[in-house]
Amino acid sequence: MFAKMYDWIDERLNITPIWRDIADYEVPAHVNPANKMSAFVYCFGGLTFLIIVTQILSGMFLALYYVPDIVNAYKSVDYITNEVLLGNIVRGMHFWGASLVIIMMFLHMLRVFFTGSYKAPRELNWVVGVLIFLVVMAFGFTGYLLPWDQKAYWATAVGTNIAGSVPIIGPYIRTLLVGGDTLGALTLTRFFAIHVFFLPAFLLVLLAAHFYMIRKQGISGPL
Amino acid sequence: MREDGVRPTKDRGLTRRQFLTYALGGTGAFMAASILAPLVTFSLDPLRRTSGSRFVEIGHVNDFNEDFPKLVNFKVNRTDGWNQGEATMTAWVIRKGGDILAMSPRCTHLGCQVAGSVDAAGNPVPSADGEWWFHCPCHGGRFTKYGINDPTRPPQRPLDVYEVKVENGKVLLGSIHQRTV
Ligand code: HEM
Ligand code: FES
Repeated sequence: MFAKMYDWIDERLNITPIWRDIADYEVPAHVNPANKMSAFVYCFGGLTFLIIVTQILSGMFLALYYVPDIVNAYKSVDYITNEVLLGNIVRGMHFWGASLVIIMMFLHMLRVFFTGSYKAPRELNWVVGVLIFLVVMAFGFTGYLLPWDQKAYWATAVGTNIAGSVPIIGPYIRTLLVGGDTLGALTLTRFFAIHVFFLPAFLLVLLAAHFYMIRKQGISGPL
Repeated sequence: MREDGVRPTKDRGLTRRQFLTYALGGTGAFMAASILAPLVTFSLDPLRRTSGSRFVEIGHVNDFNEDFPKLVNFKVNRTDGWNQGEATMTAWVIRKGGDILAMSPRCTHLGCQVAGSVDAAGNPVPSADGEWWFHCPCHGGRFTKYGINDPTRPPQRPLDVYEVKVENGKVLLGSIHQRTV
């Protein structure tokens, strides 16, 4: 039945070439761990992406119970952790995944650095990579405040004060981050909105550019 | 068997290509399932929560009569996610034979609040509409004083009733049920 449905759509839209183009793309020998185990370092980019996808999924599900409000944020997180079925697992996925993304991204960056893959003509993809890096760090910073517990609160107090120490424009940056001059309800709603709406939008656009460039330029050659 | 030693596709149980497709598909499906299984379970949590029925005292049997339903407001404890609070419930209570009948004011059509026939002070009075004592403001549903619906109007079943317990003359109400008659 699915084969028939597929054929029906394919006859009209000719979708086979779209996925064939990806499925038939040959993995170059020097990046295939089946040939040489050490080529697993080329998997780090893909692994980073896998964890990003898991973060997006677990985040979507956490949002079913989370409330970005100073009265309820802590209570809703506590409810997720202690009451909801598998709540501690799903929260754990998002919590540990947050660190794992950064670790994987760093390993990926080291691979690109030590294989010299950032050199011409791939400089622009390194630049996009640095932007991705900044967005991922921003995910970590804004997400850390959301449970609204002591650790969250004081980490953000410190972080926003560091932002405030930038010469000349620092105080303005701090005010805009905090949404006023004291950390409170407006900080939480801002960080929430940035974490779940703004950053994912930036990240997806940057990743699309990242992958497009890899496909267009091909992976860098063997050392 | 052909001369070149390659068997035609039909004879081969499983081709190399098929085997690899299944192996890759299976691995991918397993990975996707191990991510999605806890997430989906997590979203189904509300299914295992019940509203729980605790009985609340609303008055004495003698507070109610056989003539007209009387409106009672009472409070129940309600857990709403991480919030604990009181919710106000409403029942129309009438005596029928020796029994207490406590009806929910939720219209059985689409859930508006039905109005009883009461005077300006809120005291029950005979209906201006014959036997039809409850009227729904939304789509003209109407019910007798025992909550029996007029089948020619939108609501197609009688008003729902509270579970009733009488202990030493005290009336206690539990959770709301559809009538089975
Ligand atoms: C969310 C974070 C990121 C994801 C999901 C990601 C994903 C990928 C993937 C799948 C590849 C293909 C090759 C491989 O897997 O090694 C790749 C290549 C590349 N990445 Fe990333 N990346 C990320 C962050 C970064 C960062 C932070 C940098 C550098 C600052 C960077 C620079 C590059 C460059 C220059 C290439 C091309 C390498 C080549 O052609 O050999 N990426 N990326
Ligand atoms: S909701 Fe009462 S008649 Fe429609």
